Amino acid sequence: MPIDVNVNGKKRTLDVDPSTPLLWVLRETLELTGTKFGCGAAQCGACTVHLDGHAVRSCVLPVSAAAGKNVTTIEVQGHAVVEALQKAWTQIDVPQCGYCQPGQIMSAAILLAETQAPTDKEIDACMSGNACRCATYVRIRSAIHDAAASLKGGAR
Amino acid sequence: MSSVNLARRGFLQVSAAIGGGLLVGFRWPEKGADAPLAGDFAPNAFVRIAPDGRVTVIINKAEMGQGPSTSLCQLLADELDADWSKVGFEFAPVDPVYAHPGFGIQMTGGSTSTFAMSLPMRKAGAAARALLVQAAGEKWKVPASECRTEKSFVIHDASKQRAAYGELADAAAKLTPPADVPLKDAKDFQLIGKPLKRLDTPAKVNGSAIFSMDVHVPGMLTALVAHVPVFGGKAKSIDSAAALAVPGVKQVVDVGSGVAVIASGFWAAKKGRAALKVEWDLGPNAGMSSAGMRADYKKLAEGPGKVARKDGDPEGALKSAAQVLDAEYELPFLAHAPMEPLNCVVDLRADSMEIWAGSQFQTVDHAAASAVAGLDPKSVKLHTTFLGGGFGRRANPVADYIVEAVKVAKAAKAPVKLIWTRDDDLRGGYYRPMWHSRIRAGLDSAGAIASWMHTIVGQSFIAGTAFEAFLVKDGIDGTSVEGSADTDYALPNLQVDLHTTKLGVPTLWWRSVGHSHTAFVVESFLDEVAHASKTDPLELRRKLLAGKPRNLGVLELAAAKAGWGKPLEKGRARGIAVHHSFESYVAAVAEVSLENGKLRVHKYTVAVDCGRVVNPDTIQAQIQGAVGFGLTATLYSAITLADGRVEQSNFHDYKLLRIQEMPAVEVHIVPSDEPSTGIGEPGVPPIAPALCNALFELTGKRIRHLPIREEDLHS
Repeated sequence: MPIDVNVNGKKRTLDVDPSTPLLWVLRETLELTGTKFGCGAAQCGACTVHLDGHAVRSCVLPVSAAAGKNVTTIEVQGHAVVEALQKAWTQIDVPQCGYCQPGQIMSAAILLAETQAPTDKEIDACMSGNACRCATYVRIRSAIHDAAASLKGGAR
Repeated sequence: MSSVNLARRGFLQVSAAIGGGLLVGFRWPEKGADAPLAGDFAPNAFVRIAPDGRVTVIINKAEMGQGPSTSLCQLLADELDADWSKVGFEFAPVDPVYAHPGFGIQMTGGSTSTFAMSLPMRKAGAAARALLVQAAGEKWKVPASECRTEKSFVIHDASKQRAAYGELADAAAKLTPPADVPLKDAKDFQLIGKPLKRLDTPAKVNGSAIFSMDVHVPGMLTALVAHVPVFGGKAKSIDSAAALAVPGVKQVVDVGSGVAVIASGFWAAKKGRAALKVEWDLGPNAGMSSAGMRADYKKLAEGPGKVARKDGDPEGALKSAAQVLDAEYELPFLAHAPMEPLNCVVDLRADSMEIWAGSQFQTVDHAAASAVAGLDPKSVKLHTTFLGGGFGRRANPVADYIVEAVKVAKAAKAPVKLIWTRDDDLRGGYYRPMWHSRIRAGLDSAGAIASWMHTIVGQSFIAGTAFEAFLVKDGIDGTSVEGSADTDYALPNLQVDLHTTKLGVPTLWWRSVGHSHTAFVVESFLDEVAHASKTDPLELRRKLLAGKPRNLGVLELAAAKAGWGKPLEKGRARGIAVHHSFESYVAAVAEVSLENGKLRVHKYTVAVDCGRVVNPDTIQAQIQGAVGFGLTATLYSAITLADGRVEQSNFHDYKLLRIQEMPAVEVHIVPSDEPSTGIGEPGVPPIAPALCNALFELTGKRIRHLPIREEDLHS
């Protein structure tokens, strides 16, 4: 039976095995490859997307669980928080290899949606599920603070 | 990441001998392999200027985060006097023109990209600029020597004329490139040395950067391989019925390294692989265990191996020493674990093939793939994508996953993407070797070092490969002993010897190669000597590095910036280490404490001398990253085997450092006019010893193995 999912504001009707993790539907069926496969076991966070405003690991979430819901990925347009983070990420040059960064940004977006000016401890608590083998953590932290500051300035 | 210090040394010697700087092996490129568009100006293989003024720099290096797609552009664009806002890049096709000037093959490793490509990129930019100036001179009928260039314009001040590079591209394309062109004086650099923003960042923050994992070819299938669970085994019998019954599964095929399940997509392939029943012939390595290997290594280390270096009379001096320190250091196999698991896309047709891979080793991967496909290499195209991390894993002399992908494609009869899952990645071999060291020092009655003997035990990943002829000399693999046999310390009566073992575990270079183990041993043991002789660890290093200005430069800078010798907050301690690798010098001071018995790493203060700086922000980023990468290995990483099988499978048992464990990192760069040298790897070696030396200060307990264990933290 087809599954309807709203992806980045657009309704998509999917005719796929309902047990398929959302990650592979995004990447293969919808060709939204910004969301990454890193571990397949919710261990690294590279596949992080938003499901109705919550961060989820799409590599372990069956697409059936997203039926009728809103999915937001790194490719989203016009999302003030994601855009503020992308800008801060660019200004600080956070990425090295870059593979985990879409997941990092999507996790950080949930933090900033819920916490206007997060402390380092709050950043740690939210971001500890996102691994970066290049260890860009120092800059991730700075960029989250910068994005928070820019959003406070009224961009939110 | 070929460390290949021996080759590098040869490279430098030859360069010096012909007075040609870094030009050895560099032939002036006459063409790029991809034809430029009509109207583009492509004076050589490294740059193209379009009529609209866009400058495209062709990058012959793998971009795995270490920054060549920005730094090589800076080098070329500076000599070109290009408007930086118009500069972009693309990755080079496979062509001899893009070979590493020192190593002769197209590859990225040994922290040599800036080192080897500085001069070629600058010359390519200068040559293009000369042609644009010549074209403008001819257009305006003024001598070229009266024209100057600035931000992608040629300007003739006397006649007040100016022309954009794009306007001149067509005319410049018709001119013959000059044989040689003068290069700028360093004082005139506009872009080199500046912290310019990375050119690859925008695509990496909006999801548009294409890694090979993201490549899509129409009609493409996806393959997962059920790998043989023991290295050297093979499939005995395959029951594919259940796998083939999974909707979307097309084919099950034995590819030697395992059994491939080819399906319409990842999930079908994964379900198919889970349903597959294979009886394995586990082969000769089914009994292997880490504990058994360690016991064998320990035994071997009791006697000397093949001598890599011998100065004076080490045995004699040890016998007559007033005090002898004797220690063993143990280091495990390590997986590279790049965030992007290994994968490769192959589109194999009857008479041609296209491959997409995040390759660090294009020449090798291209040749191996062509051979397996049975195709003329000329009809095989390898596209280098971004790499979601490499750390050496994507530079394999036997091109393991590339070969596997082509074998799958041969069976699939359709374009196919081979994906390794994280389990495949961690269990698939090609690890940093397991190492064992026995190290001894004899001290005289004044506490000075009178003898130093280091016995190293471990595998050679060079032996048996095409690189053996260059890197193994007199039975010694230089990458096994680098960082010890070539120590910069003035150690009298020195011996470094090596037992090269043969095991069924495939091994490979891993970020910083041999230095990843030798720096830990040498820098930790030197700390032992300092404490035994009641000398300050900084002072001891200072003494042993007398007359070595670059080692001393970073040592003194890191120590001063870290406040070495000054009082610390209660409960904290510092440790120091310094190491020379890949022609760069790095010193690190770690500051740690124990909070409720748990280790907290507060800060690393790092000083680096990597010659002339091309982009200081890249250096800072690479050092920050090296601290995190080094800490992961120090605190968590070990690949272990039991019954021939790798015990780790994902990030729950092969942990990576997380943001809450990341210390503050201060990076200080020593200004230098020396040639630009490595930065991707040299930050890693001093990280572990600096930490363990700090922990010794705190607990009095010497840590002689990695990763650190819980009990190491309690005195």
